[in-house]
Order: sequence, then structure tokens, then C-alpha cells
Amino acid sequence: MATIRYFGIVAEVTQRNEEYIEIENMNVSEVWNLLYAKYDLSTLNARVALNQRLVDLNSSITVNNNDELALLPPFAGG
Amino acid sequence: MQLSEVGKSGQQKLTSAKVLVIGAGGLGCAILPYLASSGIGNIGIMDGDTIGESNLHRQILYSKKNLGQSKVKFAKKHLEHLNSDIKVHAFNHYLSGKNAIKIFNDYDIIVDATDNLPTRYLINDACIIANKPFVYGSVYKFEGQVAVFNYKNGPTYRCLFESNETEVPNCETSGVLGTTVGLIGMLQANETMKLILETGDMLSGKLLIYNTLNNSQSCIEFAKNDKIRVDESFFSAVHLQTEIAEISLVKALENKLVFLDVREYGELPKVDLPNTIQLPLSVIEKNISGMDKDTSYAVFCQSGKRSRQAVKLFKESEFKNVFNINGGVKSIKKNNINETSFC
Repeated sequence: MATIRYFGIVAEVTQRNEEYIEIENMNVSEVWNLLYAKYDLSTLNARVALNQRLVDLNSSITVNNNDELALLPPFAGG
Repeated sequence: MQLSEVGKSGQQKLTSAKVLVIGAGGLGCAILPYLASSGIGNIGIMDGDTIGESNLHRQILYSKKNLGQSKVKFAKKHLEHLNSDIKVHAFNHYLSGKNAIKIFNDYDIIVDATDNLPTRYLINDACIIANKPFVYGSVYKFEGQVAVFNYKNGPTYRCLFESNETEVPNCETSGVLGTTVGLIGMLQANETMKLILETGDMLSGKLLIYNTLNNSQSCIEFAKNDKIRVDESFFSAVHLQTEIAEISLVKALENKLVFLDVREYGELPKVDLPNTIQLPLSVIEKNISGMDKDTSYAVFCQSGKRSRQAVKLFKESEFKNVFNINGGVKSIKKNNINETSFC
């Protein structure tokens, strides 16, 4: 299982801080598209980090079970 | 200071340091007293806002007695009372494309304590041109982000979020606990002190995310994106040529402008202004070619952020008389104007 972590307004839209999903032969871009469709993340301008390192949304890096993917939106409050 | 890591030479560095804090709101109120008390010799505070009642729970330099007063004037008084040996300069106006680089040149470190993305991109880009590090902090409800950008030519905010593509709620619209803003401001003050003292590991190329509900911390690493070029012509195109003309609701009504509501269909509250067209930001580009370029428009949304983006789109399509209603529907309500009274 891979851990997906949600921050800020993304956690509000998905209604969870994290979840675990079974990953089989998927890259970052495919996991992103899966989550994008599942939660309609279209307006959130989120970035993705794989194992605490920022990666491109279109990245073809493979996501393995035990990996952690984080979805990070910009914050604006102060 | 007794700390061996600071010592006399560290205190001298603090005395010689020049720090500009942009924003005297929740973050600014947490950052500023620590900078002043630690003896940072030259502090600038920039904010054009006045003290409002809804600010008080998180903007702890101010009280009910100060309502309606300039934030920076009062913050300056407070800091000078804390430490009479330092110089505090109050800039009682907002940062703009016209003034940013000139003012930044007079400081060593820029601290971003603002509450909106357009100003954050302006700070970022002006810091790149003026070659200054900037200490970033921002809050969403119970979470905060902290980082140091443009440190020794390192990654910038654009390496994290390349462009401003979305409207993000601020503390005023989404609500926040004063302690969350305070904690994030303290982390910013701490990074500022480390920068001056040249000690410890900076949050450069690292985004710290702090969750005050469960006390978890995450640190996300990111690299410099060399494809992003911010030079003077980029700065001019983004921050000077597209400066947004603002108009008040009253003035827009007097001049009989066509009101353009760029909120999504069904968004509340309903606003019944005369001559109003609804065209959500998301569909403007598809429809812009069919619109009359000689008509004068007053554009509004919920808070004024999407309408700024809409005005930019119109300007790019050579519409000349398009104005933004700053603060949007929220400002209409704040000014106690009945939004249904213009029918």
C-alpha cells in the first residue's frame, strides 16, 4: 500500500489527511490522474511530492507500495 | 546574548541587520516583537491596512482602542517602546511593482507576512532582481508553511508553485486560530535570526509544513527550476504592465459601468446590481472574443482575487476600460452596503 497525504485545502476537498491505496505498476502521473478524477482537484493548483521530494505532476517515476505521495496546495493566510 | 553561538559578534550582526517585514497582520504581529527585542538595528514594516475588529484575535499588537488606525504606525510605536535602540521605519502603503525593488535594495532580508498570492509573487520576483533572501510563511486554517527562498541564489517560490493559477482563501475568509499564525510567525522570526547570525541549516530548498491540530511536521525538499527566468523584462511584464486599475462600488455605480460577476454560477450571496453580466473566470477566455472592447466593465468576485485575474485576461485582449472592485462582494458587505439595494 502507498500512503497518500493531503494538505491544506486539498485535505478539505478529499475530507481526509491521508489514505492508503494499492498501487500496481503506476507512475506519479497515473496516480495523480486517479486522485484528480476521484476528488475533482482541478481548481486547486496542487503540487506532488514523492517521498518528501517535489516531483513533476507528469512524472513517469514509478510509485511503489510503501512510498508516500503528498499533495501540496499553496497557502495564502497570514 | 549569552548563547555561545551568538556572542558579541552575533549581537553586532543583529545590530547591523536591516529587515523588511511585509504585512503587519497576524504573522507580522508575531514576527516583529522578536526581531525588535533581539536588537535587529533597522526594521521596516510595510502595510497599507487599518486595524479592524476581526483582526484582533490574531494580530496581538493591537487592541479595540486602535480600531481604524494604521497598522504600521501603531506597530512602529509598539516596537520602539520594546526597544528604543533600534530604528523602525513604517511604510504606510502596500507593496507594488513600482516601489518593490527600490525599497528592497535598502534591506538585507525580506520577510513575507502577507495574506495573498499576487503579493507573494511580487515579493519573490523583486527579491530575485534585488538579490535578497526572503523568509516565507503562510497559513491555511490549522496548517502553516515556512521556507526561505532565494537564499544564495537557491530555489524560489516559483520553483514550488510556478505561477498563480488559483484563488486561495486567506485567514480572513477561511478563519484561523491566533496561535497557529503565531507559531508560523515565530518559525519565520527564527529563520530570519539564523540568516543574520549565519548559523544552522536554513529552510532553503525545503518547505516545512506544520499542523497545529496533530503537531505533525513534514519537510518537503525541492530543487531550483533553472527553466524559470525572472529578469527585469519578466518583472515589468508581470508586475508593471499589468497593474490592475481598481474602482470603488460607488464610483462604478456613478459612472454606470457594466458589472461583471466572475464567480461560478450559483455562488452566494446573490448580488443585484444594475447592468450585471455573469461570466465565470473559468469561461472568460472562451467568450472574450464576442465581447465589446469599448464597454467599461467593473469586475467583481467573492474576494477580489479572481476578478484581478479576469481583469488581466481582458487587458491581455486589449480591453482598455476594465476595473477591479477590490475586496469583491466581501468588501460590499464590510462597508455595510446592502447588496440587494441597487435594483
